[in-house]
Amino acid sequence: MNQAVLEKEKNAEAKLGIVDCDIHPAFGTPNELAKFLPQRWRDHLADYGQRSANPLVGTLPYPRMTPGNGMRRDAWPPNGGPPASDLAYLQEQLLDPLGIEYGILQPLAAGSSTLNQDLGAAMCAAVNDWQLDKWTGPEPRLKASISVAQEDAAAAIAEIEARIGDRSFVQIAIPPRTIEPAGRRRYWPIYEAAEHYDMPIGMHSAAFGWHTNSGAGWLNFYIEEHYAFSHSLQSVVTSMVFEGVFERFPKLKLIVVEGGFAWAAPLMWRLDKQWERMRSEVPHVKRPPSEYIRENVWFTTQPIEEPENNRHLLDTLRWVGADRLMFSTDYPHWDFDDPRYAFKVPLSPTERQQIFRENAKQVYRLP
Amino acid sequence: MNEMIRSLENKPGLSTVGGIDCDLHPASPATKTLLPYLEEYWRETFVMRGVDRLSLAMTSSPSRAPINVRSDWKAESGFAGDTLEAVRTQALDPFGTRLAICNVLHGSMIMHSDDMAAALCGAVNEWLAREWLDREPRLRGSIIVSAQNSDLAVAEIEKRAADHRFVQVLILAQNDEPLGRRRYWPIYEAAARNKLPLCIHAGGSNRHAPTATGWPSYFVESYVAQASIFESQLLSLVAEGVFHKVPDLKVVFAESGFTWLPSFFWRADKTWRGVRAETPWLTEQPSDIVKRHVRFTLHPVDAPDQDALARTLEHIDCDDILLFSTDYPHAQFDGLNALPAAFGETLAKKILIDNPLATYPRIAADFQKEVAK
Repeated sequence: MNQAVLEKEKNAEAKLGIVDCDIHPAFGTPNELAKFLPQRWRDHLADYGQRSANPLVGTLPYPRMTPGNGMRRDAWPPNGGPPASDLAYLQEQLLDPLGIEYGILQPLAAGSSTLNQDLGAAMCAAVNDWQLDKWTGPEPRLKASISVAQEDAAAAIAEIEARIGDRSFVQIAIPPRTIEPAGRRRYWPIYEAAEHYDMPIGMHSAAFGWHTNSGAGWLNFYIEEHYAFSHSLQSVVTSMVFEGVFERFPKLKLIVVEGGFAWAAPLMWRLDKQWERMRSEVPHVKRPPSEYIRENVWFTTQPIEEPENNRHLLDTLRWVGADRLMFSTDYPHWDFDDPRYAFKVPLSPTERQQIFRENAKQVYRLP
Repeated sequence: MNEMIRSLENKPGLSTVGGIDCDLHPASPATKTLLPYLEEYWRETFVMRGVDRLSLAMTSSPSRAPINVRSDWKAESGFAGDTLEAVRTQALDPFGTRLAICNVLHGSMIMHSDDMAAALCGAVNEWLAREWLDREPRLRGSIIVSAQNSDLAVAEIEKRAADHRFVQVLILAQNDEPLGRRRYWPIYEAAARNKLPLCIHAGGSNRHAPTATGWPSYFVESYVAQASIFESQLLSLVAEGVFHKVPDLKVVFAESGFTWLPSFFWRADKTWRGVRAETPWLTEQPSDIVKRHVRFTLHPVDAPDQDALARTLEHIDCDDILLFSTDYPHAQFDGLNALPAAFGETLAKKILIDNPLATYPRIAADFQKEVAK
């Protein structure tokens, strides 16, 4: 295992802390969120459950290959509870040994995908309180995401404004699988607020949505669902570019999370080519799509694509740009990327700093 | 700015003379044109219901969208490829095409009624045989079927297969369900039985949104999204074990693009290593199965320049996988630059001739007969 490190830490900069852009905090018990919810919604959840456009209550429709919805088998805390539900063990297994200076929490409690919009907003608010109480308060290396129920833009903005003064929150979290494509105007008030407050929008791959989970229809296997997560993110980027979101909000920052990034190059090529062909349909898009993407969009790296010939990834790095990439582990999920082994190609010291630290520090405005 | 995007054409393309064009589109026929090729019941009811006056063009392929009609090929009607003369003088002669496979994109494939869809598909196939294949020996046909009812699709395949000018079965990329699902397997078995590759062409039924994030506002978005649909179909065909069950099946992706293949291989192979217990019949990594069973027509070439294209070809690492196409009359390139210089002469020959011959047994048989003469 120790021989797998191709990229040796050769200089002092490499010892600087890492920013991990995708950590999934978990509830220790199913009722852990209850104390942050008004009584009305506790009663509602007890009677009706948290309904989403998903056939099963309280579990994912595509069972994972490991228990706990696809957890690393070694991530179950010795003191009990599910993986990433115990701060001390998260520190011991993730933050301390891997030198993580900042970790961005990506809670997946799915208030954003809840059908009852008022419940969704209440769940998001509760998850936001819970992040402060359980995670960022006791452990300042962790940073929180403002979960919002994006389908009700007014409620989302109210939640953003309630949290914006607290720098424990470093991004606004919206799932990519929204009711309408992410670029549609119903979401623009949220983008306007995000730009105004200089808060990036983080869109994390989602198992929940309002439509078939692929453009080809409902998939059969988890391997297909897992792959299709990257397609939702491509649709988000495509929609935001062609609806003119980045033209209207030029300072808006979009981070697409947990989709890998090798697809970004051929997507930009296809977008540019078709934009050139069909500019008459989208006259409000003034520049080639890749130019907006290179200014407004960042990609977290996990699950990093692994070519049979490792060096092919160098072309991808050149095409996408090391300035667009931000390292992430996806702890504690089974397809976790370890910062020591994830990149099986040599990175220059500058690229390494950009990907593992500096890009994220700038985008999230970390101290 | 435009120079940057179009720099793939900064060098003249390679010669395409003698090539086999695996994706050529005669204009979709007006419904009235199909009446003589329909059975009496459909002919009567179509007139009674006014269906003969409907165009049955698909939203996934608007006939006059700039991508679908290259401006210098556009007829006064606003369409292109609507006469044999146009196809000869614009698509066959200038490229020196030896044979071209006609892929008719018609709404018959996506009508909700199984029976109406099957009747219309049959009429389009008959129309193609009579109006095009009978009149131009350089043309070959695709048997269009509606995938939603496999019994009716199989019947059409068996009926049409006797005519060896039909060289493949054609369905669309977006259907009711992912194409690996077992409901579609009888179609694949019928295709393989008759030595017909299955061609899956961009476009589809729009019975659900073309993306997992809903309905895009613009056609250009849905065109871009086709690549994601094709990726899902590719993984579906592989994961469901279609190629295990029907080992003789060859699949041709048409107008899918191919520069997304490296990232597909890298991600699908890696994920398969992690979750292969879910699909125990898959004993090889997905990329190996794709390289053996799936072919891709050349256009669109979604690459910004010669270098990116050359690097992408190295990443794909399979000289057998591409089939020459002009995608006529779609606007994928300028002039006669159908084959970018980055391919080089050796690979160009494979793409133009060898790979199509290896993919289409019926075309290969024609070539052998000519040699024997």
